[in-house]
Amino acid sequence: MKFITIDKKDWAKGIEKSRKTYRLFGPVKDKNGFLIKSLENDTLPDMDYHDTIMSAKSVLFPQTEKMFRTTLDESQEDHHIMKRQKTDYSPRAVVGIRPFDAKAIELVKLNFDTDDYRDPYWCDAFEATTFIGLGINKPGPFDFSTSAGTGPFCEEGLDALLADLDDKYLAKVLTDKGDAFLKACEFNTIADEKESQALFDILKKEAEKNIVSHIDTDKLKGKPILELHEAPFWDDIAFSCINCGTCTFVCPTCWCFDIQDETKHKISTRIRNWDTCMSPLFTRHATGHNPRATKTQRVRQRFMHKLKYFLDKYDQGIMCVGCGRCVKSCPVNIDIREVCNVMNSYEKQD
Amino acid sequence: MDTCINKIREIALKLLEKKEVEKVIGFGNGTIPMATSPIAVTSKQDIKKLVFNSRCGLNLANYIRNQKGKIAVIAKGCDSRNIVTHIVENQVKRDQLYIIGVPCRGMVDKTKIASLFEDEILEFSEHGDTLEVKSSLKEEKLDKKDYLRENCRLCMHKNPVIYDELACDLVEEQTFDTPYPDVEKIEAMDPDTKWQHFTDLTKNCIRCYACRNACPICYCPTCFVDESGPQWVGKGQNETDVNTFHFLRAFHCGGRCTDCGACVEACPMDINVRDFTRKLNKDSFEMFGWEAGLDPTRRPPLDVYSPDDPNDFIK
Repeated sequence: MKFITIDKKDWAKGIEKSRKTYRLFGPVKDKNGFLIKSLENDTLPDMDYHDTIMSAKSVLFPQTEKMFRTTLDESQEDHHIMKRQKTDYSPRAVVGIRPFDAKAIELVKLNFDTDDYRDPYWCDAFEATTFIGLGINKPGPFDFSTSAGTGPFCEEGLDALLADLDDKYLAKVLTDKGDAFLKACEFNTIADEKESQALFDILKKEAEKNIVSHIDTDKLKGKPILELHEAPFWDDIAFSCINCGTCTFVCPTCWCFDIQDETKHKISTRIRNWDTCMSPLFTRHATGHNPRATKTQRVRQRFMHKLKYFLDKYDQGIMCVGCGRCVKSCPVNIDIREVCNVMNSYEKQD
Repeated sequence: MDTCINKIREIALKLLEKKEVEKVIGFGNGTIPMATSPIAVTSKQDIKKLVFNSRCGLNLANYIRNQKGKIAVIAKGCDSRNIVTHIVENQVKRDQLYIIGVPCRGMVDKTKIASLFEDEILEFSEHGDTLEVKSSLKEEKLDKKDYLRENCRLCMHKNPVIYDELACDLVEEQTFDTPYPDVEKIEAMDPDTKWQHFTDLTKNCIRCYACRNACPICYCPTCFVDESGPQWVGKGQNETDVNTFHFLRAFHCGGRCTDCGACVEACPMDINVRDFTRKLNKDSFEMFGWEAGLDPTRRPPLDVYSPDDPNDFIK
């Protein structure tokens, strides 16, 4: 495994050099919090951030994405024929992505890139993107990533992982993509492999020790779906829910979308927007019937999908990486950690 | 306010013991510092879950619709005004409610407090007017009055306007020569600056609709943005569509909004949507001498017709 030392004095220059090849995305301070944004002009990723309100999922899966377009002008030969929207799939890089957000992208990939279906928009964006992670030396109080199958120095889904060592970064090169990005930055001071790995191991251990928040998921797999579905606790969990979409939109693993046609003058565009299972409209049929008409049904769906259906379907753990964003952003503080533990420990009473 | 929780619990116990109400709707502690969560208490042993402090920023009037039987609800000044609005708009019957009034000393601005810290807040406690906040890096003692939410700082109705029983003594109301300084500031902007102000205001909106859903007066069974047959508004991140939602929601709240601040409290992106509603509150106040939710016998000004209306166009 290759390790590279990056002196922080060279950081800005290197990032600038990478722009010749890459469009950059990264954490930026905005009003009261951080967001992952396109780094325009000479904006640098703010590597001192603690967390971002929104995850990095929008880099591959924008909240509104154009899929097709056509002209309604009948004098044109190809009128009314939907053609794929031209999108920039030149190389892009997310610099400073959190390891749990990269793991989330791996989980989302299970849905967008299967043997049967390949979502071309997401997959093309995925292929174009290099993920340069930043390990979390001091995990926050809402981080429960280690019990959600990832962690502050988890490497899954990353092309390179940086460790912040005060005056320098130590980069662990994980893939060819990661190697190419660091080369484009002209970061090429090779560090000793053994020493570097030992350092990563220490940082990882220290960081994981600092994680105070945990969930129990060990019994979820063995529970019959219907028992959990019909469990008596859902009304209580849902009582305070106002049915906004905050939890699903801030979630790095929520990938549901809605498709819409929009027409302006003679141009018609087919777009997809993030959608949320919290909204009654999400499941409303054309007839007016709604199979998830009540708040409780919708709240249950969200947790069952994340913590049970996904687990059963893919056998790759739960659809939650423990970033804690929903816990923090929920206006009424519905806490997935509590819900998960309630589900995990539930025993049906006969 | 620290002490009124005992009285709240005492009243709740009495009501549940005598089976006068099915449930008591109030606030419970959250799982993270500064968070609270609306809860419904139905049994005696759960009464201790009820709390009341300066983090109870949501509006409980949002939880009293479509409830079966008689319910008790804890009401700050603004919650009580929204209860009045609900009664006026036939969303709930007065005799279905037992209102536990709580004279309010204001709710804190959680975002403002969080922004004092680089890392996450680990502990929060309040002692009278002093807030003690701790993160892993530092500890701050804050004067609550400096960290009140904007709407609480400008609140003129801290005391419940309708109640069956009070949980503590009434507090002194504030009056202001300029009750809407924020709106005046925006009004004074030239059109371009004003446009820029509102463009910047909503630019991070993710259309999660937390503002609308936390709002007690946004109770339409189907909101205009959720109409699908036919669809009224584009659902994507197009700036015009995003702003259409905010503008129309604000207009729909005209003369009905109590400036409870639940919308801002709920917004994950810290958008001060009150910049829209406050202008309409100011207009209602100046044109009709109207403040929403003060009188259960009067309908909001945009909702009534009177033969002696001073305006010619309506006759």
